[in-house]
Amino acid sequence: MPISHIMASGLTGMRAAGDLVARMQFSEDMRINEAKDYVSKKLGVEAIDLGDEYVMREIREELDIGVLTSVPGCAKGIASKMNIEKLLDIEINCCDKFREITG
Amino acid sequence: MANEYFVRMGDGERISMTKEQIIADLQEGSADAADLGDIPELSGDELDKLADIIMDSNRIVSVEPGMEIPVTHDIGSIRIDGDQGNSGVGIPASRLVGCMMHERGFGADTMELGHIDYSFKPVKPVIAQECQTMESCQQNMTVPLLYGAMPNLGLYYTPDGPFENPGDLMKAFKINEARESIEHAGDHATRDITWIMQHLQKVGCDGVNFDTIGAAGDGDVYASLYAMKALREEFPNIYIEAGMAGECTLGMHGELEFEGNVLAGLWPHEQVPLAEEAGANMFGPVCNTNTSKSSAWNLARSVTFTKAAVEASNIPCHVDMGMGVGGIPMFETPPIDAVTRASKAMVEIAGVDGI
Repeated sequence: MPISHIMASGLTGMRAAGDLVARMQFSEDMRINEAKDYVSKKLGVEAIDLGDEYVMREIREELDIGVLTSVPGCAKGIASKMNIEKLLDIEINCCDKFREITG
Repeated sequence: MANEYFVRMGDGERISMTKEQIIADLQEGSADAADLGDIPELSGDELDKLADIIMDSNRIVSVEPGMEIPVTHDIGSIRIDGDQGNSGVGIPASRLVGCMMHERGFGADTMELGHIDYSFKPVKPVIAQECQTMESCQQNMTVPLLYGAMPNLGLYYTPDGPFENPGDLMKAFKINEARESIEHAGDHATRDITWIMQHLQKVGCDGVNFDTIGAAGDGDVYASLYAMKALREEFPNIYIEAGMAGECTLGMHGELEFEGNVLAGLWPHEQVPLAEEAGANMFGPVCNTNTSKSSAWNLARSVTFTKAAVEASNIPCHVDMGMGVGGIPMFETPPIDAVTRASKAMVEIAGVDGI
């Protein structure tokens, strides 16, 4: 059932830019259009591109913010989130903890 | 059959209806929500658009390009390794693997970690295990990862918990004692939820999803709102998602309040301001599915309630659209035609910020 929703209406997570839009909704209480505008400006794309896998694949790899397939050398997990923090100008809790631990 | 369309009953059964029957059900469903919630019915244009979505000849429908929204997830990876009681598919997999499958395999926009019981109370004895798993998941995942659980006040009453069951007390006409029991249970739940999330935030958790708030009535809502308030005060950046259990808050107690507002009898558009005030930054409005009515009736009713909540809200609304809510049939594997129609209608007519 969740996959039916994702196919019908979803931004499809890391396939495109769904995780980035969701982060802005949670981080800054942004409604959907505000969150999409914010993320698209940060990425330098149109809002319609945020759900476009073709556009977002290259951008995600270039910015090293996590890609769906397992590309050797690309940032994964917490490393990708540390790049997302810088891109979106937000703080992510686990990245703060990582910095605390690593000094 | 030439002039009839396939639709679903609220239990998922396929039926056929004429255009006139569908429109009549749409009007009736919307009017029912408007009457109960004292909110506007859907306009003629909105009902026409809803009818077009329902009568689309394709099995799967979708939103127009550019209208996509984030889809947040509840139940955690229990969907993968859980049993039928949680609608799990029983694939043996760790919770980390389950979370990563959602992120990399299914295109989830957010994910959550949850305990197999999926209630807050049983997490207490295994909090170190939950912290360890959360830490591993956060190190390996990119999408926002919350901790999800149900407030589930029922676990605080006998025979499962320390307080006498208010249902038993009410049957004995001990109304004041029943209310006291609900108040005690609510305070304990607030304390437990706050304590659990304090530990999880310390290991890098993004936040918390309160799933099915109000399932045990207004005491459940009381406990959740005060837990949100405490968490927001202690962790200003925590992500808090407030997902409701039902369209109307049941007044099991009847007089419980949050910051001077009586909780019993609230509809989605009245619930969201309280969630905001408590510190939530995402709200999940609910409209329950009536299995004896058509999907046209249920969807119109759900869209009407949800649209009013979205308009009343200052925070993103991710409408609850699991089995048996949000116009989705009450069935474990809801038909794809029904799910995608409801999904499109919520985005394009109710204007939700996510699902």
